[in-house]
Amino acid sequence: MSENIAFLAQLLLTGLVLGSVYALVALGFVLIYKSTSILNFAQGELLMFGAYICLTLIIELRIPFIYAFFLTLAFSFILAVLLERVILRPMIGEPIISIIMVTIALSAVLRSLIQIAWGTETKVFPRIFSEEPIRFFGLFIAEVHLWSLIFALTCVVLFALFFKFSAAGIAMRVTAFDQQIAQSLGINIKRIFALSWAISAIVSSIGGIILGNINGINNALAAMGLKVFPCVILGGLDSILGAILGGFSIGILENLAGGYLDPVFGGGVKDVAPFVFLVVVLMIKPYGLFGKIRIERL
Amino acid sequence: MASVLQVNNIEVVYKDVILVLKGMSLEVEEGKIVTILGNNGAGKTTTLKAISGILKSEDGEVTDGSIEFYGERIDEKYPEEIVRKGIFQVMEGRRVVEDMTVEENILAGAHTQRNRKKRKEDMEIVYHYFPRLIERRKVMAGYISGGEQQMLVLGRALMARPKLLLLDEPSMGLSPLLVAEIFEIIQKINREQNVSILLVEQNARLALSVAYHGYVMENGRIVLDDTVEKLMQNEDVKEFYLGLTEVGKKKSYRDVKHYKRRKRWLT
Repeated sequence: MSENIAFLAQLLLTGLVLGSVYALVALGFVLIYKSTSILNFAQGELLMFGAYICLTLIIELRIPFIYAFFLTLAFSFILAVLLERVILRPMIGEPIISIIMVTIALSAVLRSLIQIAWGTETKVFPRIFSEEPIRFFGLFIAEVHLWSLIFALTCVVLFALFFKFSAAGIAMRVTAFDQQIAQSLGINIKRIFALSWAISAIVSSIGGIILGNINGINNALAAMGLKVFPCVILGGLDSILGAILGGFSIGILENLAGGYLDPVFGGGVKDVAPFVFLVVVLMIKPYGLFGKIRIERL
Repeated sequence: MASVLQVNNIEVVYKDVILVLKGMSLEVEEGKIVTILGNNGAGKTTTLKAISGILKSEDGEVTDGSIEFYGERIDEKYPEEIVRKGIFQVMEGRRVVEDMTVEENILAGAHTQRNRKKRKEDMEIVYHYFPRLIERRKVMAGYISGGEQQMLVLGRALMARPKLLLLDEPSMGLSPLLVAEIFEIIQKINREQNVSILLVEQNARLALSVAYHGYVMENGRIVLDDTVEKLMQNEDVKEFYLGLTEVGKKKSYRDVKHYKRRKRWLT
């Protein structure tokens, strides 16, 4: 009996770790959607880019992890601002569907470029954390998992504070709500668009670095870009809080499905479960748990 | 009197083909309230949007003429620059950010004001003029009443420390009592904060009662302008905007049928 509970707790814990990464990537995704109404299909590539840059900085240039980490964020920032400037800004005013197609093209191009530059085999981050798992109320947690969790949660809290209290955060929320209102308040919405892309790329690359540290990186990492869909649709496409909770729920769901159903079906359920869940959510609550339901006064 | 805003003979075209303003001119003097009257589709809102620059995001363009703010041309400028110069448009329809609290909405108005201390002071000023907002500060702006929302957008505008406020239909959809309250505050702000105001109103009687100078707009141009005292005496304005006929005469449907006064100005 207690073994069963321990197993469940273990699954929940790993789910939480994975979920925290999902939450980060989903946050990035929602950010772009909210302020620019673009569904960014290249989110997974932004994540992969961050992971590869960080890896290169550590292995090739022998920069200590912590500096490499911040340098990676700087690179992601630059990449995102460039992308926004060169590719997406000229598309402002075009139909949304064309812009979404552009992001799909962008994802293909970025992925190929990454393949050309870094090849296709899996690469592993050098060990930064000790392999000795930490005992924690009778559960085991790898040090890297623990740090990932702490790290992702910190990011989430920081962003929550950013949106609540900083002038730029409030300006982003106004822009997300209504671009014309934003303009009338003197907010430069083009700068806000660039900022959304930049922040989105940064949080994604943080997610990429965390995943890289857990599993190593290869081309399959871009599939994370697809995994965010169940998360954001569960949470509601335009809700930052929803994205975060959606991320955690999907992470946990995936792990539970993996733990309990994989042995029954002989594997594979873990990867499918989020998407099955996605379909169910779409049928029951098409705007997600926290999607924008327009406030109506009575 | 120094003029704050001068609109010289502007022409506005939407989507490269639709000519909305055809040689529109007006002037706002320092510290005064000026009003534009006109029926639906005359181009009043377009005029305000041309001044604030918001027109550009609606695929509209000032193709001729010029707009000057304290003698400086602003018709080529973007809305964010124009707000920084001191022109603030309060758009029609109480455009609050519904999913933010009242206080966050007010803070958002201070986007161009980065000094935290001044922001705090300005916030006090807003609450001084609109004390009703104090108790609602933590409530989502989407849930407050229409009158409070109108107060909120006016308060939000004050946060940017504007020199010229462009008000688009502040009375729309509000009860007469609230309208009176809000217009009293608008006049107070005009006097005490030395903010010039360009007011667009459907409610002509109300607009003429607070303004100093009025413009009558039709089909994208000004057809008549004068001080409000003179406008109120004008037979056409009386007939078409104030709904009065000659004193002493009862307005009967029979008369209306047989004799319709034609406007004396050329449109």
